[in-house]
Amino acid sequence: MAAVQPTTKTSGLLGWIDERFPLTKLWKEHVAEYYAPKNFNFWYYFGSLALVVLVMQILTGIFLTMHYKADAAEAFSSVEYVMREVPFGWLIRYMHSTGASAFFIVVYLHMFRAMMYGSYKKPRELLWIIGVLIYLSLMGEAFFGYLLPWGQMSFWGAQVIVNLFGSIPFIGPDLAIWIRGDYVISDATLNRFFAFHVIALPLVLLGLAAAHLLALHEVGSSNPDGIDIKVYKDPKTGIPLDAVPFHPYYTVKDIFGVAVFLFVFAAIVFFAPEMGGYFLEENNFIPANPMQTPAHIAPVWYFTPFYSILRAVPPMMESQFPGVLCMGLSVLVFFFLPWLDRSPVRSIRYRAPSYKWWLAAFVASFIVLGYLGTKPTDVWGRFPAGIPIIGDDERATWTARLFGAVYFLFFICMPWYTSRGRTRPEPQRVT
Amino acid sequence: MNAKKIAAALLTMMLAAACWAQEGHLDRAPISPTDAASLQAGARTFVNYCLNCHSAGLVRYNQLEKIGISEQEIKDNLLFTGEKVGDMMKVTASANQQRVWFGNAPPDLSLEARARGVDWLYTYLRTFYRDPSTVTGWNNKVFPNVAMPNVLWTLQGIREAKVETVKDEGGEDRKETVLEAAQGGTMSAAEYDRTVADLVNFMEWMAEPHALERRNIGYVVLIGLAVLVLLTYLVKAVFWQDVH
Repeated sequence: MAAVQPTTKTSGLLGWIDERFPLTKLWKEHVAEYYAPKNFNFWYYFGSLALVVLVMQILTGIFLTMHYKADAAEAFSSVEYVMREVPFGWLIRYMHSTGASAFFIVVYLHMFRAMMYGSYKKPRELLWIIGVLIYLSLMGEAFFGYLLPWGQMSFWGAQVIVNLFGSIPFIGPDLAIWIRGDYVISDATLNRFFAFHVIALPLVLLGLAAAHLLALHEVGSSNPDGIDIKVYKDPKTGIPLDAVPFHPYYTVKDIFGVAVFLFVFAAIVFFAPEMGGYFLEENNFIPANPMQTPAHIAPVWYFTPFYSILRAVPPMMESQFPGVLCMGLSVLVFFFLPWLDRSPVRSIRYRAPSYKWWLAAFVASFIVLGYLGTKPTDVWGRFPAGIPIIGDDERATWTARLFGAVYFLFFICMPWYTSRGRTRPEPQRVT
Repeated sequence: MNAKKIAAALLTMMLAAACWAQEGHLDRAPISPTDAASLQAGARTFVNYCLNCHSAGLVRYNQLEKIGISEQEIKDNLLFTGEKVGDMMKVTASANQQRVWFGNAPPDLSLEARARGVDWLYTYLRTFYRDPSTVTGWNNKVFPNVAMPNVLWTLQGIREAKVETVKDEGGEDRKETVLEAAQGGTMSAAEYDRTVADLVNFMEWMAEPHALERRNIGYVVLIGLAVLVLLTYLVKAVFWQDVH
């Protein structure tokens, strides 16, 4: 990129710094003179919110690490030590545990925004891929972190997930031992998961987040109309006519978004930190006991859509690997979205109606699968009876399979349904 | 448009989940975290009846000062075997010894209220009945064949189970275990329910000693954040008034 010459030369301390470090240049390029479309709506708050949650998780995580003991004999009670004896330790811990769920809520909404407005389409394919990598790292970060409280659900959840790797043909069993560092989930596993959770993945997440922002600022933000704002520029300044500088316009707007987010977040932290067992599970208030398998093992809500897909696939040739494969594909398929989508327009506003129905079906399947995944099950591949509306277990199992199929058909059929149907004309300028 | 659809779907799911969660046959525990007398009565019952076998190893004795028991009162009334007020509420017997004696080590109760829920505890402690077929001679309605005997039987008295056939909502016959008093205890049924409620109230406090403080601080934080939402909205509105 051609060097941007500062229009006004800085002086004093700032001048001294600018001669040695591109402080003013960075500020202008990425904040004060980064021009973003002026028509961002509600859905555009979640990118900055994700960054806020990431910073909050790192800060609260630092304080938790000061008191937490990564030791199978002490981990559980050290978390309770934070909750009981450390001044405001309960607040820090609840912020961190609620922050985990908040991170996924924010990221899911952010991804949904991209799917609604076609933000992943050319030239933002790499931006999207980096985003999916962030999402994958986040899943790893959440999985490793969930073992650390060393409760029953921590232990058995990790057991189930590591066993999934164990079902991979040929290399599976050795791979599972390699991940655990032991034949069972043990102190060795806890220590390495701690290392991954507090340093390895946070580094990866920070690096990817920086890359995500750099890629965004290289290609420029998309917008709810999905049109290119760089077509109509002010002839004098070369600034897009439909753009506003990120600072102060989007800084003040995003700060408002952060305030609203913090209000909702605080309501949960202070009044419902367990969120009815969805954010903190009851079983995790019982210390890990390798000799006693809980009757019901279910992952935290943010993994349940994929867990449902896993469970919906019956074992084949006495192996659960087909289900594991489907679950893996259900996440990895997001990488291919920019190339599966053949629509000539980006935004849902101007797409053919069929896309709206497909997207609605996809969201519905994600929610239904997520809901079914929170329900306990005894037999592999079977969902329990007594779920409202659905009723008996046979129907529950087929419901999961049906919505699992819808989930994949959304992607598989995408090249077909996005390339046909009548799109509406896009406006020249943002609306 | 889509946002509304999704919000509606989410709401439906959450309502369905809430209905699902409400199933089961547990009595609601009539407890209040602000009732200091109830918490103190519960602490007394806990130390006298539970702490002999169950530990509460995450709780220090002098944390009970938070529910209004003074250090002297703790020393005089709650420490029996030479513990210090700064000690954790542990039991003398080791888990291994207990496993030999009872067949099962009684679980630590520090977090039992959060693991099981207060309604479960309240129902569980009130539904023991005589059952000659078990090792202890006791059985329980919500925790069948539990290893624990009814340690509060002198208070509650002895109850026996009868299987009765009742009509359920669909009009079909269903067998239900009904408990009947066979021998009175030192307390009336209402007194016993109150004692158990106090105990459960204490266990709920013990599971999260900062819960009350958490909510109290929460109101202040929410008011502060509401003001922040308003202020940041105004700032945003001022900056954006020229953008059309």
